Amino acid sequence: MTRPFAFGDPERARALADAILLLAPAQRVKIVHVCGTHEVTIAQHGLRRLLPERVEILEGPGCPVCVTPTRDIDLAVRLAEAGAILCTFGDMTRVPGTRRTLEDARSTGADVRTVLSASEAVAISRKTDRDVVFFAVGFETTAPMTAAILLDRPPPNLSVLVSHKLIPPAMAALLGLPGAEVSGYIAPGHVSTVIGTRPYEALSSEHRMPVVVGGFEPLDVLYAIALVLRQIRDRSPRVENAYPRAVTEEGNRRAQAMMAEVFEVSDVAWRGIGTIPASGLALRERFGAFDARRRFPAEGVEGEETIPGCRCSEVLTARAVPADCPLFATRCTPLTPVGPCMVGGEGACSIWFRYGGRPRL
Amino acid sequence: MCLAAPGRVIAIAGNEATVDYGGVRTSARLDALGEPVAVGDYVLVHTGFAIRRLSPEDGEETLRLFDELLASLQEVARPPRAGDVGEGR
Ligand code: SF4
Repeated sequence: MTRPFAFGDPERARALADAILLLAPAQRVKIVHVCGTHEVTIAQHGLRRLLPERVEILEGPGCPVCVTPTRDIDLAVRLAEAGAILCTFGDMTRVPGTRRTLEDARSTGADVRTVLSASEAVAISRKTDRDVVFFAVGFETTAPMTAAILLDRPPPNLSVLVSHKLIPPAMAALLGLPGAEVSGYIAPGHVSTVIGTRPYEALSSEHRMPVVVGGFEPLDVLYAIALVLRQIRDRSPRVENAYPRAVTEEGNRRAQAMMAEVFEVSDVAWRGIGTIPASGLALRERFGAFDARRRFPAEGVEGEETIPGCRCSEVLTARAVPADCPLFATRCTPLTPVGPCMVGGEGACSIWFRYGGRPRL
Repeated sequence: MCLAAPGRVIAIAGNEATVDYGGVRTSARLDALGEPVAVGDYVLVHTGFAIRRLSPEDGEETLRLFDELLASLQEVARPPRAGDVGEGR
């Protein structure tokens, strides 16, 4: 047995699909997940094909690259243009800012580097006297890594442009949007590995909302869908853990402690959604010397949000699927992306493009 | 950014583990893990940091959960035969 955690056996998949048919209520239900990795599993394995028409699965704001506000991208572009070495995760370099992407800045001489981990930015800054800025995006899974490098005596020429965001407040905010109509949530597996299941309790009880934490193998996703449907059938909305091999009630306490030491919770803007209270992280005063926002003032960074014709804001709030956008796969493709959802590898538009138009069919 | 599947720890040196994904190897820092890890364990790695240790028994537990749900809905579900358990394909 080489892959003890690969759950893809067709027989169980069929049995779970049958269970879903049995559990699905007569009326339409809309289940929202908040994780590009879930969407990849669903699209890649054609899981929507196994669901009855009335059970819809949509991706919400689960792509950290896509929800990074234009203003932060503009600031990163400006810092790179001003001569800093700008390090960030791959997809970030191609996300449109107001006028330019980081890749555009690189093409005119800026030093923009792609890293796979925060530690690489530290390694780069140890080898130079120049300013190195790590543009840190990501949810609760990634924020502890940014905390780790700052707790590990980073060199003084390193600073961090923090754009980390928190998932449970975004899940709650989505419910307040017109046309949200969410019947249940599949909570992201690895965010939950870090934060545990407790942070979803308030959301679930206040909104009477099923919240099932799901894993990423095809059977994990089918199982999570079945549990959401069972909660709907039984009218017993609650937080349920369908991924106990990776998620506990209290989560990864070490990672949480590192985050709490380095960051404080703040109100931040989400691209396509707007400002959500207490939904992001900012560096604490103590780490001010490493805060790119304090070190390099951002006056005049414009942050224009709207891209004509792009429906990312509806896609990111699970109120549209990529195929609803007239530009999808016509004018907007991964090679010629119009909006951020076609750039981020976890963006719904790019995932649907990769796995074939409308994965439902 | 998120590697969904766990990898196997094949070496540990101080704060850093070498993790194997069926032949592809990466290194993973251990300072955000908060639990002891040994060679042979499986870990979930996110952007270069291990965030959770898993044991093969955790995998069997997962299959048991799936089958429990299926058994509770027996009328339509076709639970897999005994020999299938653990045969991740
Ligand atoms: S297909 Fe392109 S233009 Fe349309 S919503 Fe997606 S990213 Fe925006």
